[in-house]
Amino acid sequence: MTTAEKDSQGEELKTWEPRILAFLCNWCSYAGADLAGISRIQYPPNIRVVRVPCSGRINPFYLIKSLQAGWDGVLVSGCHPGDCHYISGNLVARRRFAILKDIIEFMGIDPGRLNFSWVSAAEGEKFSKVVKEVVEKVKKLGPIEKLIKV
Amino acid sequence: MENLQGSMREIVKNLLNEQQVDLVIGYENGTIPLRTSPCFVTKEAEVQKLVWNSWCDLDLTKFLFKPENQNKKVGIIVKGCDARALVVCIAEKQIERNKTFIIGMPCPGILDRKKIEAAIAPKEILEAEVIEDQVIVKGKDFEQTLPKKDYLQTSCLACHYNNPPIYDVLVGGEPIELLTTEDWDAKLSEFEAKSPEERWAYFTTLLRDCIKCYACRNACPLCYCKECFVDQTQPQWVGKTIDLSDIMFYHIMRAFHVAGRCIGCGACTRACPMNIDLRLLSKKLERIVKERYNFEAGLNPEEPPAMGTHKVDDPQEFVTEGN
Repeated sequence: MTTAEKDSQGEELKTWEPRILAFLCNWCSYAGADLAGISRIQYPPNIRVVRVPCSGRINPFYLIKSLQAGWDGVLVSGCHPGDCHYISGNLVARRRFAILKDIIEFMGIDPGRLNFSWVSAAEGEKFSKVVKEVVEKVKKLGPIEKLIKV
Repeated sequence: MENLQGSMREIVKNLLNEQQVDLVIGYENGTIPLRTSPCFVTKEAEVQKLVWNSWCDLDLTKFLFKPENQNKKVGIIVKGCDARALVVCIAEKQIERNKTFIIGMPCPGILDRKKIEAAIAPKEILEAEVIEDQVIVKGKDFEQTLPKKDYLQTSCLACHYNNPPIYDVLVGGEPIELLTTEDWDAKLSEFEAKSPEERWAYFTTLLRDCIKCYACRNACPLCYCKECFVDQTQPQWVGKTIDLSDIMFYHIMRAFHVAGRCIGCGACTRACPMNIDLRLLSKKLERIVKERYNFEAGLNPEEPPAMGTHKVDDPQEFVTEGN
């Protein structure tokens, strides 16, 4: 994503903005994002949302495939532990995610590209903060170069 | 090690005679030196084919999944690592414990034919014999003696369980001493301390040779899925090219699929036609699961697999709090 800015000579500069794919659980984080929207809480426009039935539904392939496809970062958000609509989907997701993150970190890909959070349907404010934090983090890392398929 | 061959045959013979099992899966001499082949014994007369020597590197667990062996009571000859693979398969409810008769072999380490062949090259080995600590290889116009300890499989050097953790009968009756020479903890810590760029460079250099033949997947005793993710076309997860991105994608996901299950038998590394050593990654998987969930794969068939269970208080230091 690029936005045009002008430097002191009036020449156009391209500033890079990260693109982040967010997988949000239908029962909590998606509604949390919705609440942020209807409450008019501002957050960076860098995320694109994919609604999933549960964070446990997220196949780890989605995350690595997203990075391969050129997304600069990924955010997974689900219900707080104990609040899963399907009882334990988020706890399953947490183990999978932890292992995947450790593997890519070990192989030299920055783990900051994979993000995980708990946001409930009542936490619109928290959702905006999480998105801000993730966007800041990925911005510092720069455009993805390591796994991308060109 | 070779001295156990007689008692192993005796045990197999009795099992077949008493009809405790329908089939025994073991090893027989291969058609070329330094190799063994899997051997399927159903009659007493065939028992003499069975061998037990320093070339029995194959993990026979894989053959329990063959459709023709599904409804039989099968006896299987296992080393320490094979038994651990079997434990994982039992814990994952892929193999029925009561249909399997486990003949455990205490294992002093398996020899690496590639190392021996490299040491003798370009001469061709026509015959090989192991006498105690010496390997004697013979060919046309030459005979050479090599110390066994220098030519062990690299996975055997890092082995912690050379005696099977489960068995119905332990051949020889007594567990034997462990030889561990390699300190993987130190190696892992040293590698982890490197910068992400150095680690990425290590893995890309290592895996650039990968031709995606999937021999590592085929050889792995724990890759039993009827349809592997690499073969799926709807959706096609893994690109079919040998583009570096596709190679890395495959290896990340392969590692993920064996995390919490890998027992470090080294079958993947042995099978690789490009001689890619995947052990650094498999040792790291062992460490991740040990540190995070205090779990070690392949020791207890009753314990649920690390990735098949969860706890409310699992570590979650990576969670973004948005503060």
